[in-house]
Amino acid sequence: MAEAIQSPESTDNIDDSERIYTAGQWHLAWRKFKQNKLALISGGILGIMYLCTLLSGFIAPYEADHRFGGRDFVSPQSIRFFSDEGFHFRPFVYGLTIAFDPLSGRKIYQEDHNRRYPIYLFETGDTHSFLGFNTQLHLFGIRGQNTEGIFIFGTDRQGRDLFSRVFYGARVSLTIGLIGVFISIILGSVLGVVSGYFGGWIDELLQRLIEILRAFPQIPLWMALSAAIPADIDQLKTYFLITLILSFLGWTSLARQIRGRMLSLRNEEFVISALLMGASHTRIIFRHLIPAVLGHIIVIGTIAVPQMILAESALSFLNLGIRPPMTSWGVLLQDGRSLTTLYYYQWLLIPASFIVVAVLCFNFLGDGLRDAVDPYSK
Amino acid sequence: MLTYIIRRLIRMIPTLIAISVMVFVIIQLPPGDFFDSLQAQLAESDSQADQEVFEALRRQYNLDKPLWQQYVYWITGCLQGDFGYSFEWRRPVSELIAERLGLTFLMASGALIFMWFIALPIGIYSARNRYSFGDYFWTFMAFIGLCVPGFIIALVAMYMSVFWFGGSAGGLFSPEFKYATWSLAKVWDLLMHLWVPVVVIGAAGTAGLMRIMRTSMLDVLDEQYITTARAKGLAERWVIYKYAVRVAINPMISILGLQLPQLVSGSIIVAIVLGLPTTGPLFFRALETQDMYLAGTFLMLLAILLLLGNLVADVLLAWADPRIRLE
Repeated sequence: MAEAIQSPESTDNIDDSERIYTAGQWHLAWRKFKQNKLALISGGILGIMYLCTLLSGFIAPYEADHRFGGRDFVSPQSIRFFSDEGFHFRPFVYGLTIAFDPLSGRKIYQEDHNRRYPIYLFETGDTHSFLGFNTQLHLFGIRGQNTEGIFIFGTDRQGRDLFSRVFYGARVSLTIGLIGVFISIILGSVLGVVSGYFGGWIDELLQRLIEILRAFPQIPLWMALSAAIPADIDQLKTYFLITLILSFLGWTSLARQIRGRMLSLRNEEFVISALLMGASHTRIIFRHLIPAVLGHIIVIGTIAVPQMILAESALSFLNLGIRPPMTSWGVLLQDGRSLTTLYYYQWLLIPASFIVVAVLCFNFLGDGLRDAVDPYSK
Repeated sequence: MLTYIIRRLIRMIPTLIAISVMVFVIIQLPPGDFFDSLQAQLAESDSQADQEVFEALRRQYNLDKPLWQQYVYWITGCLQGDFGYSFEWRRPVSELIAERLGLTFLMASGALIFMWFIALPIGIYSARNRYSFGDYFWTFMAFIGLCVPGFIIALVAMYMSVFWFGGSAGGLFSPEFKYATWSLAKVWDLLMHLWVPVVVIGAAGTAGLMRIMRTSMLDVLDEQYITTARAKGLAERWVIYKYAVRVAINPMISILGLQLPQLVSGSIIVAIVLGLPTTGPLFFRALETQDMYLAGTFLMLLAILLLLGNLVADVLLAWADPRIRLE
């Protein structure tokens, strides 16, 4: 199919409006994808989000584990331009004073209008490593004593800045889906291609294996496998084990779909002619078959990422996934698990909105890609 | 049809054996066993128990035997209806699961009915009024339903039911009915609590179902026989409900058989958050304490349900769509 619409050698004397008739598969897909504004915007937002994970140490004003003594459960601070004296060109936050709620005895914070902390760009602060070297530079910050900080999303039980932690959590939450999908794509496409192309007993064996794996209910299996991760192992190992667990079932559906495509492609003329010309199986698979199903693989991958993001957050929320001190969005949401906490400190649910946005964008992007790579859809 | 079903059931046997081996391996994966975690707990609370007692307990439950022998004990027991013993609850696993299975299925069925009741009409509406405001609105809602994690919906629903409507936090019964014997009042109390988990669990599924119905309906509305029906002057209602929906519903029916088992396993996290007396939280607790036979039996049960669901789905589809023949 990919070969059939490949462009001929010379397209120079064709004017622009007719170029579409000779355009390659990828060119056509891109043309169509560009028309889907929602998918385009979603792709953009995801691009920004992933850029932020690269820069998380820089954007976050504090380290993920920076604790502010006596600043537990600070509600999100408002960034102000107007003080009692009037307009300020440089935005600022007020300092906080502690009071106690007479009824519940709970700590409450009040803004102290006498202490203004202007927000400066490119402030020095906690050391973090950026692309391999250590730096103290942060995108923004305030100049205050130890207990004063800027808490855009408020703080958690231990006085840690939620805004910073959301950015650090993004590193885990956003990458786990990508790496997990990458593993399942490799596994799924290799096994799918082998199964569909060679057929015979290999096919039979792989199909039986897939059948067995698919008989397992996803969520309980994930839970059981995650519960088996020893508590005392290295953070990074936990991270990779969770990724492996999430892709453990994911590859099966991909392998099945690729196999189906292989079964029909295997008998196409271009494969037979390649065989007759003496091409090896490896060459046929990698040169002719994989490119023909690549678009399909990418689409399935994109649709699978949000499911993994959701799964990771749910597992971490139940304390079965990523474990502190490593943070992910699911870990952050653990704090909001009790109703009383939630009643007083609703901002602890802010990380959830990031999950929703990421998952939503991946779904829209996947939808757009699916329409784009299918050359015959309207 | 009957021979087909029997053949499928026979084919399931090797799959089930493979699954049981895998389940057993998975529940054995965590280092140590239940008595290790019990010992650790006891050590924390300073009440030292004798090492010998633990050894004796391990011997009693065959935990000192090699792995394959333990598997053989477990699987032969399973075949005789003895699914092992829960160390934590000190009761047979079958009893524990059985007493929670009813509510689990009640909740899952409730969610299933809820999903179909909402998704079917909206899917039809969206397809008939394609690209209208309503279509965009429901498509958007469906996306939201798919994208918000279930546990967040559960938290928010619990929050609303407690602080806005004054309900009790989580659970399926008010405190006064929790241990009461069944009566009309208790059933009513249950129903008043049930809608929260039903809506929460159904939310994600509804979204997916709605999309399937919409796509399927759009395909069918393009068919020539619909044009014919309209051309010969049939009432629009008749065209839609008797002609289009009848065919468009087939993809929905083909997944119906899988939905119940999927809802049972999908509801686990929501049930944990809401603290429901269903099998999900039981399973979670069993994983935490390495109560392996309880966790293993539950996994096994869900796998069997899924396999049966697959069969039911195929049979249902063949029944609903005469063009399909079972081989």
